[in-house]
Amino acid sequence: MKGYLIKKLFLLIPLLLGVTLLTFLLAKALPGDPVLSMVGERAQPEVIEKIRKEIGADKNTIEQYFGYIALLLHGEFGRSYYTNREVFRDILLKFPNTFQLAFTAMIIAIPLGTGLGFLSAYRKDTLTDRVISAVSVTGLSVPVFWSGLLIMLFFSLQLKLFPPSGTGDLRFLVLPSLTLSLPALGTLARITRTTVLEVMEMPFIKTARAKGIREVSIQTRHVLKNALIPIVTVIGLDFGSYLNGAVLTETIFGWDGIGRFTMEAIIKRDYPVIMGCVIAGTLIFVTINMVVDILYHSLDPRVRLGE
Amino acid sequence: MPWPSPESINLDRVKEPPSLDHPLGTDTKGRDILSRTLYGGRVSISIAVSAAFLSTIIGLIFGLFSGYFGGKVDMLLMAFVDLILSFPTLLLAIAISVLFPPGIYTVVIAIIATGWASFARIIRGQVLSLKEANYVEAAKAMGCTTWRIIAVHLMPQCIPVVLVVMGMKIGGYILIEASLSFLGLGAQPPMPTWGSMISAHRAYIASAPWMVFAPGFMIALTALCFNVLGDSLRDRFGLKIRL
Repeated sequence: MKGYLIKKLFLLIPLLLGVTLLTFLLAKALPGDPVLSMVGERAQPEVIEKIRKEIGADKNTIEQYFGYIALLLHGEFGRSYYTNREVFRDILLKFPNTFQLAFTAMIIAIPLGTGLGFLSAYRKDTLTDRVISAVSVTGLSVPVFWSGLLIMLFFSLQLKLFPPSGTGDLRFLVLPSLTLSLPALGTLARITRTTVLEVMEMPFIKTARAKGIREVSIQTRHVLKNALIPIVTVIGLDFGSYLNGAVLTETIFGWDGIGRFTMEAIIKRDYPVIMGCVIAGTLIFVTINMVVDILYHSLDPRVRLGE
Repeated sequence: MPWPSPESINLDRVKEPPSLDHPLGTDTKGRDILSRTLYGGRVSISIAVSAAFLSTIIGLIFGLFSGYFGGKVDMLLMAFVDLILSFPTLLLAIAISVLFPPGIYTVVIAIIATGWASFARIIRGQVLSLKEANYVEAAKAMGCTTWRIIAVHLMPQCIPVVLVVMGMKIGGYILIEASLSFLGLGAQPPMPTWGSMISAHRAYIASAPWMVFAPGFMIALTALCFNVLGDSLRDRFGLKIRL
């Protein structure tokens, strides 16, 4: 276990180098001059030159990249070209909001999604199964920026139950997390259904039945336990990608999280913010995948780590 | 009666609810929403289908090489694939679509850049299990060149998997295209796209919901159809692929 963790952490280095290089090159290639957009087109040439020196835009590309890596190693993500605030701090400030949103969405999606998937598999080829399958494929197909608007229209503007947008207490959280949970619910229900059906065909289930074990016990202790691995994977992947923004949901509901932060930075060509967000996002994504790997192991000791 | 064109502006008849003249109503510039929605479908579907097709070709090339040659080639290619897959899809697509001038081709490029990697992975897996097969051994023994084995003996075996994955992916690509154009990074106005129709009118959700309803419904319906198509193809070929 320890060896596996160390190996994974070492593998993280080339991944992060690759990611920083990629984001760096992407950001460099973006159209628009950050210095000009900071001072405005009509600034005096001396001022432009001075700022160019200050932010290091006069050095060549390779020097800029190594400078950036050196800063990263010191835990310094740079400052936003516009607000002059530390990127790292802003990310830390907005991360709890995104985490809250993603976490609540998963709290809604996990029990509902797995429950529906399980029910659907258990009642295979009945009306219940068809209805649940239709609901879950719909959840996958509806764009969140549209379902978000409809949810906002109905619950907030018609029924006036919740505020339409903004960041704040629990009442603000309900609608965006509901919106965000719909696609996850669809994915989870589908994956649960297929996995449970697969497990139910395995010989050891037949054995358990032949031994006269109670059906409830077969379903919970034999089927559910063996179906958990793919389900946990999907939960991990979904949660990782939600933490990475949910750009659309945050934009629609004016939720002050990392997704909206990234989107605004991209529109303004705020290189340090874009790179900081992508690196932080990748780190989160990789960390969650690692946690999922470790969970595999404790759910199913047959899975060997690191293979 | 001739149908109104998707781009003809009529400022006398803005934000009209559905009527006989305009079955789905008009938008803030008095343009007919039905015809804009129909034309928007052309953009969305052609982008999603062509992006899926091109991703498949790239993924097929990478997957065949990686799976067949194995060793260092495989390690390098798959490290690259993993790097691409470790990015959150929509964020990478956004980052790439700001690189180029906005438009249809940019969206296609952004989707391919994020999409080819998963095709490559799946096809590699397929090739890995195929290349040990007896008929491949037989082909080798008969003196087939490596190219011939890859092109004639391995590639055709990958076609069912490719078709299924394509079907399942197109639905997702429809959503990515819609999201990018919702964020203003897709095909540019006056060309109608479903995503941009929603973002342009989302402020009127309370006063004129029909302006947002039709395009969103079409995105959902189209993505749904492709997802169901992918599922049925998968069941038809009896494959076990999870996406």
